[in-house]
Amino acid sequence: MENLGALALLLAFCISVYAIVASVAGRLKNKPFLTLSGERAVLAVWLLVTTASGLLVYSLLTGDFRMAYVATHTNRAMPLFYKFAAWWGGQEGSLLFWSWILSTYGAVVVLTNRNRQRAMMPWVLAVLSSIQLFFLTLNNFVVSPFQVLAVDKVITSVPDGQGLNPLLQYWAMVIHPPMLYLGYVGFAVPFAFAMAALISKAPGDSWIHTTRRWTLVTWLFQSTGVSLGSAWAYHVLGWGGYWMWDPVENASLLPWLAGTAFLHSVMMQEKKGMMKVWNMVLISTTFFLCIYGTFLTRSGIISSVHAFAESPIGKYFVSFLAIGIAATVWLILNRLDYLKSEAELESVVSRESSFLFNNLILLASCFAVLWGTMFPVISEKFTSEKISLDAVWFNRLMVPIGLFLLFLTGVGPLFAWRRTSIDSLRKNFQWPGIGMLIVVAALYAGGMRYAYSIISLGLCFFVAATIILEFFRGARAIGEKSGVGLLPAMVELTHRNTRRYGGYLVHMGIVLMFVGWSGHPFNQTTVGEVNKGGTMQVGSYTLKVEDLTQGETPDYIWDTAILQVSKNGKAIGTMEPTRRFYKSSQQATAEVALRSRLNEDLYINYATRDGDKATLQSYVFPLVSWIWIGVVTLIGGTLIALIPSKVARSYPRTEVVGFARKNAPVQA
Amino acid sequence: MHKYGKFAILMAIIVGSLLWLATAGIQSSQTYYKTISELQQMGNGAQNRHVRVGGDVQGKSIVHEGALVKFNLVQDKQILRVAYEGRDPLPDTFRDGAQALADGRLGPDGVFHASEIQAKCASKYAPKPGMAPDALQPKTGAPNAGTVTRSSL
Repeated sequence: MENLGALALLLAFCISVYAIVASVAGRLKNKPFLTLSGERAVLAVWLLVTTASGLLVYSLLTGDFRMAYVATHTNRAMPLFYKFAAWWGGQEGSLLFWSWILSTYGAVVVLTNRNRQRAMMPWVLAVLSSIQLFFLTLNNFVVSPFQVLAVDKVITSVPDGQGLNPLLQYWAMVIHPPMLYLGYVGFAVPFAFAMAALISKAPGDSWIHTTRRWTLVTWLFQSTGVSLGSAWAYHVLGWGGYWMWDPVENASLLPWLAGTAFLHSVMMQEKKGMMKVWNMVLISTTFFLCIYGTFLTRSGIISSVHAFAESPIGKYFVSFLAIGIAATVWLILNRLDYLKSEAELESVVSRESSFLFNNLILLASCFAVLWGTMFPVISEKFTSEKISLDAVWFNRLMVPIGLFLLFLTGVGPLFAWRRTSIDSLRKNFQWPGIGMLIVVAALYAGGMRYAYSIISLGLCFFVAATIILEFFRGARAIGEKSGVGLLPAMVELTHRNTRRYGGYLVHMGIVLMFVGWSGHPFNQTTVGEVNKGGTMQVGSYTLKVEDLTQGETPDYIWDTAILQVSKNGKAIGTMEPTRRFYKSSQQATAEVALRSRLNEDLYINYATRDGDKATLQSYVFPLVSWIWIGVVTLIGGTLIALIPSKVARSYPRTEVVGFARKNAPVQA
Repeated sequence: MHKYGKFAILMAIIVGSLLWLATAGIQSSQTYYKTISELQQMGNGAQNRHVRVGGDVQGKSIVHEGALVKFNLVQDKQILRVAYEGRDPLPDTFRDGAQALADGRLGPDGVFHASEIQAKCASKYAPKPGMAPDALQPKTGAPNAGTVTRSSL
């Protein structure tokens, strides 16, 4: 079994080499049969990596404890679901998982594009296969998942494995890595198309049109992955935090920030033919940050709560990144003339300018997060002292950045291309602006004193109002023409231009998340020991400890506190925070009790028990639910943006040349 | 060039204020990673720095005095006395022999006052690559458990 798996991986490695050579040679020498064989090789690689993955999964499911990977990541007591998830639970398996997703994407690219992008395809496949080759190198020669346990060269098995870290035995954590990986790996495809366009000097922006939907799906996976990680931290770790600027969290955020910048700036290229170099830089940055993120989570270069083991894969990743970045930079510099901009910036108050600042801010935040994450490594290089930066530092930078982005979210889409007239500014922003001032004044009068929260909520109102106004105006115009009601008119409106209105919904999701984050300064905490029968107060809630019970399952020992909860003296039911102690891994986990409402969450963690005394950590987290509502809205918006618009739209680019270019009339 | 001047000024303002945010007060956000011996060599300079220090919890050194928890951290035979009076209960993984990270400041009395403790059992998560999966040994009962090695194909 393990021999077959290893053989499949080895063959995949060889065929990847062939795919690169055949594609490049076939394209250069104009031998269609050779390029065709390159395409088939990519499909063969997919088949082989799938075989290897299937064999690994089969071993995991059947509990073949001769294999080191199976023995260290599963045990007999684990539910089948988690056994399957062990595929991406450890280093060897997750890198195989990476390879498998990449090979799948490669196969999909071949099947969907081979007849459309004849000229570019060989290059696309060569780039994809090179990336595949790197990961197959790791799979084959560095961290093979098919190693067996042996004593003095005699293969042995162990009676039971170590099991999966119980903290990770949670549904969101099971889907979180695949989502993130689908996102990480997905950016390889637009990157490959971008490089192929550069190499072959493909005319126009066909690489952008071809990969637009692809980029959006990838971005969707990544957004979902990052939010699931955040939700997992909130629900499982027991202290109610959803983001602590941990290096591994940052690793997932970095490509998301760069990818978000890319999604915005390609619009500039599609509609105005601007920022071509910039887009190349952005998609490359995003892709390399994806590789870097994999490296960061998998190499243990920076110690974090995620505590992945240190490993020898670090130097391979560094070499791959160095070579890849050098090649990309050389290629972009070499093709600068091909990337000439077709238009110029005209006014600070314009759509172009808002995109520009959106990009500047996203990239600046990306750099800040990267800098903060790498600070221990950087400081060790330059001062020989390893220094880390805490969450306070990240927040001091990222909160103002976030608020500025939120502001741009509101104004950007409503600025006109080229320049915006005073009239249009007034029409779009008068009422939302006045509303924002009223909200800010009301919050201040109501006794709120946290400047950032006030600004954030004010901006949330402003942006939400502009978005709703856009929907309302568009729908009313349709309604008046065709005589349908407002709601069907809104559906019709969205359907006519899914990209625009889906985008608005994504923005709305971001707004809702900001609403959730604004609640953070108002968190309330009570930590203390309570006797059986005693009470604890947190915010307006009173918790009475009815009973402390214990029990045991084959997997773990549990401890539950039964609490009678009342709010402002009115009983609202029982809550049962639980602690589990997993036998095989000798590790405890918290099963927090959570009462989620739109205004606030009551969050209780049963920390320890000492006889009849329980230590409880109780928290009130205002507005947290809005974060998750925002995430769902964002996902919905992205899905809508993926639906083809009912009215086929083409965006003819205005080419202004010569005399007219200098004196072109400015449309109001 | 006038309009580009405007862009340049705006960008300079944004980048400038971000740089200011990033550098102002960075000192208070810094945590120094130190070994126990490095910490003891730092002398008085150590007292006004926020430090993270790691080591193993010395066996039977954990003493509870009300909310205060005292224990010793050991690393390369160097011992550091630690006092923890943080708000949060100690993690379950914190016990004799566990690997622990303590964040805090060294007091003038030579006791390290920790505000935060992280601990992990030595064998959890993945074993160190290239080494035997240690945690297997006590449970496996495989012959010559001490010599279990992974052999690559």
